[in-house]
Amino acid sequence: MDLVGHMLHVAIRSGTPLLLAALGEIFAERSGVMNLGIEGMMLVGAITGFAVALATGQPWLGLLAACAAGLLMSLIHAFLSISLYANQVVSGLSLSMLGLGLSSLMGYAYVGVALPSRILPSPVPGLADLPVVGPALFCQDPVVYLALALAIASWFVLYKTKWGIMIRATGDDPSAADAMGINVYLVRYICVAFGGALAGLAGAYLSLVLTPAWVECMTAGRGWIAFALVIFALWDPLKAILGAYLFGATEALQFYIQASLGVDATLLGMMPYVATILAMLVAASEVLRKRLGAPAALGKPYIREERVI
Amino acid sequence: MGARGEAPRSREPLVRMIGITKRFPGVIANDKVDFELMPGEVHALLGENGAGKTTLMNILYGLYRPDEGQIFIDGREVEIRSPRDAMRLGIGMVHQHFKLVSTLTVAENIALSLEGTGLILPARRVRARILEVAQHYGLEVDPDARIWQLSVGERQRVEILKLLIRNAKVLILDEPTTVLAPGEREELFKVLRKLAYEGRGIVFITHKLEEVFRVADRVTVLRKGRVVASGLPVRSTTPSELAKLMIGRELKPRLVKKPARLGEPVLEVEDLSVLDDKGLLAVRGVSFNVRRGEILGIAGVAGNGQRELVEAIIGLRKPRSGRIRIDGHDVTGKAPADVLKLGVAYIPEDRARYGIVPDLSVAENLILKLYKVPPFKRGFFLDEEYILSWSRKVVSDFGIVTPNVRAPAGSLSGGNIQRLILARELSTRPKLIVASHPTFGLDVAATEQIRSLLIEQRERGAGVLLVSEDLSEIMELSDRIAVMHEGQIVGLLSPSEADVEKIGLMMSGKLKEVDG
Repeated sequence: MDLVGHMLHVAIRSGTPLLLAALGEIFAERSGVMNLGIEGMMLVGAITGFAVALATGQPWLGLLAACAAGLLMSLIHAFLSISLYANQVVSGLSLSMLGLGLSSLMGYAYVGVALPSRILPSPVPGLADLPVVGPALFCQDPVVYLALALAIASWFVLYKTKWGIMIRATGDDPSAADAMGINVYLVRYICVAFGGALAGLAGAYLSLVLTPAWVECMTAGRGWIAFALVIFALWDPLKAILGAYLFGATEALQFYIQASLGVDATLLGMMPYVATILAMLVAASEVLRKRLGAPAALGKPYIREERVI
Repeated sequence: MGARGEAPRSREPLVRMIGITKRFPGVIANDKVDFELMPGEVHALLGENGAGKTTLMNILYGLYRPDEGQIFIDGREVEIRSPRDAMRLGIGMVHQHFKLVSTLTVAENIALSLEGTGLILPARRVRARILEVAQHYGLEVDPDARIWQLSVGERQRVEILKLLIRNAKVLILDEPTTVLAPGEREELFKVLRKLAYEGRGIVFITHKLEEVFRVADRVTVLRKGRVVASGLPVRSTTPSELAKLMIGRELKPRLVKKPARLGEPVLEVEDLSVLDDKGLLAVRGVSFNVRRGEILGIAGVAGNGQRELVEAIIGLRKPRSGRIRIDGHDVTGKAPADVLKLGVAYIPEDRARYGIVPDLSVAENLILKLYKVPPFKRGFFLDEEYILSWSRKVVSDFGIVTPNVRAPAGSLSGGNIQRLILARELSTRPKLIVASHPTFGLDVAATEQIRSLLIEQRERGAGVLLVSEDLSEIMELSDRIAVMHEGQIVGLLSPSEADVEKIGLMMSGKLKEVDG
């Protein structure tokens, strides 16, 4: 394997959990709900996936269970912020903390345990032998392909289908959407739940494929990077692919940077949080948000107003 | 029946509403109202704000359930539970505030509201239909344009198209001309006539008398929730008769204005450029001044930079370049508090959101600009007794209708909120008054009062910057008229040389004339 091909291979692998989590968040935010709980949902997904894979010997079952766990977590946020009109930032943050504690508790017995069976790379016949792109793109495991396909499908759904228009309408102008007969609450629940499932999957990818082991707090801020990524990708699934792989590359390069340039590891460990602060700057500024084309009703609960004369 | 009578008609009414009663907490919005719409007619529903016109039509459209009464469509009794039911019965409504998602395209918006457009590429599927219907009715609009790129008139066309593509037989338009330039209004009337000619029924909600005579065949007048004239042929009535029916008394004669006694310039704006929320240039190099004792009216279709201009003057929005001077002081980029301190009164566009603090009481809202000065404060504390007695006096002086001065300001009606705002703003005897759409959506009585208050201030020697879309208001009050189009002042006229047509052309950008 040539060096460039190998580096790209690692970048794409490391970027895959970011891509999955960001795609989920794109749907949630497009429908108007900001979910800062990605980190927590990923962690719970990671430990659930690991435990199920260990118990059944089926890593795929583990991934599926992780989706379900992430989805359940996200329903807490959905209920608080959609049905009870809670502040989305507060509710999302608390979800992250809940996930942190919950996953540590659940994972206590699994620290240092090795997985008997793993998800292995499955090279695409014919394409895997191409120079550079072969090792980079076509010698990956199935989840990488799945994430990529999901990103393209997400773009198609969001921009080219009635469902996509409904989701965007809900996130941009819930009251107009309501008047057009769209069930705003239902659309938001579905989008948040989908986001949760993908975050769970992203977490399990870490514990089942990338690492693979259970380590406490193993997401190491990837949930926050995914959140930032959504904004940098301007809520567009295709741009999210590029962004995820770029972040993946910096992650993969960490070791090279540390080794060759002598940059402190803790400094590099700050990266996710710096990215999140930058993203929050954008998210908090209404002017910037408008300029970037964020969903207009992002972060605002929809309360169907009592109509008066 | 119809005054224009070109279309073939059947005798069966499209819509018959009998004995409709709707109560809201504390008010009867509709009191045993009967209404009838024939195919092929434009039927005006005339009345002041709060007369119950919109409520009645919201009942027909399924947004409200009536407490009593029956509805017949094509002679068959029906129950309309939701807009969806109404649409299935062929009833469509264009609301005063459009129900369009501004980031989506025209085709996407229309596709959303249609049933059975298919899941994949719904917008592309309805595109052809949009073009076909649009061309047939002369409602041309680009199906791929995003709503925010369209003018208000074009948005209205999209709303009407939406109904036509759904093949609505009954079209309800709620105050459709409020947002239109005069030229656009004529186009709308032409479309409505054509729709009626095809045998559809049009309900035209309005409080403007002249529009009834321009477009309607018959008129039903509501006052305080009751029908005072039912299905009157327009040909057999007169504006003054309708006015009397509508407001229950004769209209006051036009306002009399003394000639302007001009003083020093109190507001000078020089080459001002301002960005809008999207970061696009909304005001492009505008210069003008307002002198003491004059009213400068700014005419223009909403969204042509008026809001950004006003916000820049008040200090709510930082200008990109240019200068603003108030009473000789440079206030460019200063905070609102610094600007207002110079003796500026501000009557904002969105009165309920920016004009009052809804949860505070009427009295507290009245002293928002005065609480820091004696006798409203005594030492460290507010003098509550003084504030209450002063407020009671102001409330009766300005005719603010409120249960008492401790009631939350948010519970007042639109007209009374506006009276409250004027009372507060004028209490400081301002040098400059910036008024954005001060009578928008108000009934005749409140409108008259607010206009004469503005004239009173002018005669006292204040300068008034009046932004309004209501041309008759601009022409009636202004000493000079500036017309804004796409962020520029395209004309500066005196009322004597201004006529509605000329200003209308300028508002739509078809005529430019700047000579100072």
